[in-house]
Amino acid sequence: MNFLRQTAVRLGYAIALLLAVVVLNFVLIHIAPGDIADTIAGDMGGATEEVMAKIRADYGLDKPFIVQLGLYMGNVVRFDFGYSFFFNTPVTSLIAERLPATLLLVFSAQLLALVVGVVLGVISAQRPNGMLSHFVTLLALFGYSAPVFWTGIMLLIGLSLMLPLFPVAGMVDARLMDAPMWRQYLDVLHHLLLPALTLASIFLALYSRLCRASMLEVLGADYIRTARAKGLTEREIVYKHALKNSLGPVVTLAGLQFSAVVSGAVLVETVFSWPGLGTLALQSILARDTPTILGILFFSALVVIVGNLLTDLVLRLIDPRIRSGGG
Amino acid sequence: MTNSPSTAPLLDVRNLSVQFTTRGGTVTVLDDISFTLERGERISFVGESGCGKSMTALALMGLLPAMGRVSGGQVLFKGEDLTTASPARLRRLRGNEISMIFQEPMTSLNPVFTIGQQISEVLRLHRGVDNAEARDRSVELLQAVRIPDAAARVDDYPHQLSGGQRQRVMIAIALACEPEILIADEPTTALDVTVQAEIFALLRDLGAKLDTAIILITHDMGAVAQMSERMLVMYAGRRVEEGQVANVIKAPAHPYTRGLIACVPHITSDVDALVDTLPEIDGIVPPITRFGRDECLFAPRCAKAADECWSAKPQQSDIAGHSSHSVSCWHPFGTEGSR
Repeated sequence: MNFLRQTAVRLGYAIALLLAVVVLNFVLIHIAPGDIADTIAGDMGGATEEVMAKIRADYGLDKPFIVQLGLYMGNVVRFDFGYSFFFNTPVTSLIAERLPATLLLVFSAQLLALVVGVVLGVISAQRPNGMLSHFVTLLALFGYSAPVFWTGIMLLIGLSLMLPLFPVAGMVDARLMDAPMWRQYLDVLHHLLLPALTLASIFLALYSRLCRASMLEVLGADYIRTARAKGLTEREIVYKHALKNSLGPVVTLAGLQFSAVVSGAVLVETVFSWPGLGTLALQSILARDTPTILGILFFSALVVIVGNLLTDLVLRLIDPRIRSGGG
Repeated sequence: MTNSPSTAPLLDVRNLSVQFTTRGGTVTVLDDISFTLERGERISFVGESGCGKSMTALALMGLLPAMGRVSGGQVLFKGEDLTTASPARLRRLRGNEISMIFQEPMTSLNPVFTIGQQISEVLRLHRGVDNAEARDRSVELLQAVRIPDAAARVDDYPHQLSGGQRQRVMIAIALACEPEILIADEPTTALDVTVQAEIFALLRDLGAKLDTAIILITHDMGAVAQMSERMLVMYAGRRVEEGQVANVIKAPAHPYTRGLIACVPHITSDVDALVDTLPEIDGIVPPITRFGRDECLFAPRCAKAADECWSAKPQQSDIAGHSSHSVSCWHPFGTEGSR
């Protein structure tokens, strides 16, 4: 019961937050100079004031700001994000086309960073002064300080051009249109690996360092001594008793980093021409395509919020002290 | 005293020494410790913090910290030397034939597993029982350590229990496989006085029922009197005195034991009398780097110290009239015929 109520409260917060994000984005875009009329006029090679006013009237941009906001909010509540000025299709179908690619990239990068980060953290915590531990520290420092677009380009040069192991760009190979389903899945995976690795590199560094520290702390705890006194093997002690306790901080950090992963995805998508929201965002910003930008921002916020809710859920599964809500 | 057969004792520790290797060099933290323990017997280890009581227990369990190693002597458990046993053999003994409970019940249980899971774990590990049976046994064990409504509490997490209840759960884990030896390292230090008495009563009852020998590590003389038949007083990594509790308390032979006992305020003393000074032993424990030297390590704090105390380690000698009472001192009390 307690759990359901807590979840309901969190969901309520999430919806309120989402609406606040919509208003904030709308205001920010409105303040920013330039609109679709400028883009169209630019494409036409110049236009008179009357033409500009006509375009603005057509798109409803002549109405007072507060009316525009009200209309937009009314539509968003009905999950209508309007028409893209630039692509001339409904924003929702535009996003529906691109969102899966971004979700795939974001979630596989997070998963990769978490799994590899935790494994490296655990192994290096067992021998805090061993070779592997130093190597992980070095790798973490490198992964964290290298800009993600640079990492991506280096991986492309190394593993796509010099050693042609991975495709250079995109998400699917057009030649495989008629291939069986499993072959196409494999193809997507093949395309996914480098972008996911690039995006994961920053977070992998963070998670492995935190997991190592958290693991070292837990391994000194009294209940680990108890586990030893029970006669458990070192492997059971580390992977059962210690690991579950040291995951809490790592999962918490992963939740906090979710927004960073989503924004990092924009850069990675651009480097690898990954057909996700990131490339769409770049195009629509350049075109001053307000409805598309707002729609993308809305869905990015949604991804982050869902990511945070998931984090919360996982934390509850790990730690019973959070589950009961006390202490 | 005990009804054990006349063969070897359950536990026979012979001249056990433990050294720590630190950046500053090697230090001797346990120096030539010997004692025996019979089946079902209860013995107390007494001494100040840092005297080596807990280290003795960890050495018996094969759980010395990484920088420590047994540098000499033997730990014979039913005739088998544990100092040379393989890690796998020691794991089979730990929690099964030799168990241990610790000072901090609040942090000694794993917070992310239910107490039922934590009790079941030892049963599955050492007894090979299946999950359902392990759970049933866990409930029985919780009943045995007098946790009310055990069938419902078995799925509780440690944070839902009080300190005293957590220590009971630790006792349930330790006794789950009906061990031959239970080592209790200051099991009540972190608990309320009323809870302390209950825990001791529980340990005594269950120990007697399972015929488990209990090694109690403490600095509380009241606990010694309540729990044990024999006591062993340690100072600076050495054994200074050993004997029946009644004999040692009545007539302590070592100046250090005498000082320790004098420090216990008597409940029978006149409450109206103004106590202006609490008795204490002058001086401080020597630094660990002095441990293991060929001298009496208590000499700097001892009123009876003479030349030989500074130049040679006193040997263990029996006290006339009490066969099991021995002391390591150049000038023990009682042997001159006066106190």
